[in-house]
Amino acid sequence: MNYPDKNGKFGPYGGRFVPETIIPALDELAEAYASSKKDAKFHAELSSLLENYAGRPTPLYFAKNLSNKHRAKIYLKREDLLHTGAHKINNCLGQALIAKKMGKRRIIAETGAGQHGVASATVAALLGMECVVYMGTTDMERQAPNVLRMRLLGAEVRPVKTGTMTLKDAINEAIRDWITNIKTTHYLIGSAVGPHPYPVMVRDFQSVIGIETKKQIRKSEGRMPDYVLACVGGGSNSIGMFYPLLNEKSVRLIGVEAGGRGIGTKLHAATLSKGAPGVLHGSYSYLLQDKDGQVINTHSVSAGLDYPGVGPEHSYLKDTKRVKYATVTDDEALTAFGELTRTEGIIPALESSHAIAYIGKIAPKCGKNTVIIVCLSGRGDKDIAIINEKLKIEN
Amino acid sequence: MNFIDYFKKLKERREKALIPYFTALYPSKASFEKLAITAAESGADIIEIGLPFSDPLADGPVIQHSSQTALKNGFTIAKMFRSIAGLRVKTEIPFIIMTYLNPVLRYGANIFFTQCRKNGVNGMIIPDMIPEEDGPIRKEADKAGVAMIYLVAPTTPEKRMRLIASRTTGFIYAVSVTGVTGQRENIPAYLPAMVKKIRMVTDKPVCIGFGISTPEQAKAAVKYADGVIMGSAVVKITNPVVLKKFIKQVKSGIRITGSTQRYS
Ligand SMILES: Cc1ncc(COP(=O)(O)O)c(C=O)c1O
Repeated sequence: MNYPDKNGKFGPYGGRFVPETIIPALDELAEAYASSKKDAKFHAELSSLLENYAGRPTPLYFAKNLSNKHRAKIYLKREDLLHTGAHKINNCLGQALIAKKMGKRRIIAETGAGQHGVASATVAALLGMECVVYMGTTDMERQAPNVLRMRLLGAEVRPVKTGTMTLKDAINEAIRDWITNIKTTHYLIGSAVGPHPYPVMVRDFQSVIGIETKKQIRKSEGRMPDYVLACVGGGSNSIGMFYPLLNEKSVRLIGVEAGGRGIGTKLHAATLSKGAPGVLHGSYSYLLQDKDGQVINTHSVSAGLDYPGVGPEHSYLKDTKRVKYATVTDDEALTAFGELTRTEGIIPALESSHAIAYIGKIAPKCGKNTVIIVCLSGRGDKDIAIINEKLKIEN
Repeated sequence: MNFIDYFKKLKERREKALIPYFTALYPSKASFEKLAITAAESGADIIEIGLPFSDPLADGPVIQHSSQTALKNGFTIAKMFRSIAGLRVKTEIPFIIMTYLNPVLRYGANIFFTQCRKNGVNGMIIPDMIPEEDGPIRKEADKAGVAMIYLVAPTTPEKRMRLIASRTTGFIYAVSVTGVTGQRENIPAYLPAMVKKIRMVTDKPVCIGFGISTPEQAKAAVKYADGVIMGSAVVKITNPVVLKKFIKQVKSGIRITGSTQRYS
């Protein structure tokens, strides 16, 4: 792929739309990232941490019961088994090593589901850095276990009470902090969003998912899969899974967005399916907005998908039609959550449950030899309170 | 209108520009209009009008609050232009709109700048648009004769200062702090050196903004610059009588002092 270009453009998308104060720091980061990419020592250090600390490679698990149920061959890429419980740690380890190299002792992060906040707090503890995490108060409530985890790890969790009090507003606050403390601080963005070089850097750190998956499926099936599914919030687990597969033309890649109460209602977070290009959080990409360019409030049962923007590379992949973007409602995701839990004994994150739910939509078109891989981006321990409330679980 | 000439005339009168900021249609349409006119009649030289955006990431709590309130009260870009058209009949003071890029893009840069021209908006500040990314906007602004004002930050290296200065068709907006808009205890010690650096790369006017909230701070800040922008401190004032007093007080403190005293 010969994108992004030197300005961080994926076709028309991406770029840098941030206040001038930040631009020199982005240049510095781009430079540090470029030199790290060529640095064997950096790669060795990162690989060692990914393997010994985070637990890579993660299994590509053949889900037999689920396969029997849907009459297809279903594999799960088990990012949920990573240390801290989601794919977010892949990116956090990479960025934290770069921050260290740049001499930044303080990291800030935003978080929705709390998984990125926990992963950031974790690497900060590991590398002896100060860590501040911004989190909307709505999300602090619905993902309370992760708030406690971050605090135990020594991070300061700053509640964000502006706007919708969710991920979007947490990013606003993190950017404001960064503008203020630009000299000492690295902003550890948790998804493939933001100004250049973040989208490409985060994608590269998450690509380990797709690279491993390719090797693993070749080994178990002797061929590439027919379908690959991943949920799309900002788009980091999905781009990490998809990017290494883009050149495998026979593989159908499907990104699953949060359909909330249905994309016919106003209560969803289906940015690529229902949005139009615009600028939010430093890059040009699809955006849920009104006719005056004001960003629209989103809804999803899943805090990690409840975001009106999306990474710019996804916008490009949508326009070029290499990836198909679809939606799954809250209820469908909750059903899939229950299904995976009881058929395979795996409790998925509500985010990942959206990708799982989409199996049901393609299975009728599949034969028993159709190979479907789903990125199980995280585990669902953080969600059990919501699930309990929504599903009124009975024994 | 030509900002370079406008600043030259101010200088001839031994004055520096006072540029208060008002969030459009905040706290209400009538109050906004009354406040803007009051400022114009009390000695302000340019009025900066903030077009509220849902996600104002360069703004501190005061302007965030005023933006959110205006949006909650049903702000639209069309309503803002109607209000500005009404103001334009009452005053000749230059108007500058400050907003983020997305509302302009979504409204359509062509229509937006046409509306600016028709309703008497003279300049535009878009803090999340750097010169490298200004292509489509710049074309329409130039066509409509609306001046583009770019920001220089304390972190901006000299090479970028040159680029920014060369792109500016209004004045250079020197951001006085690494931070968002809002009040500060002190103006930073590096400010004189920063403005001096800007002066070395350009002859265009330089105004200072972000964190300037008291008459004393304004006086100290303009010592080296051609004008001062006051945002959060002004937005907080919603009483025209108080505003009138404040504007007069600030303005009287920022004249060029020296032997020739034109005003008594
Ligand atoms: C488990 C899990 N999956 C997915 C996401 C969505 O983010 P992204 O689209 O960047 O992978 C999150 C975000 O919080 C998450 O925690």
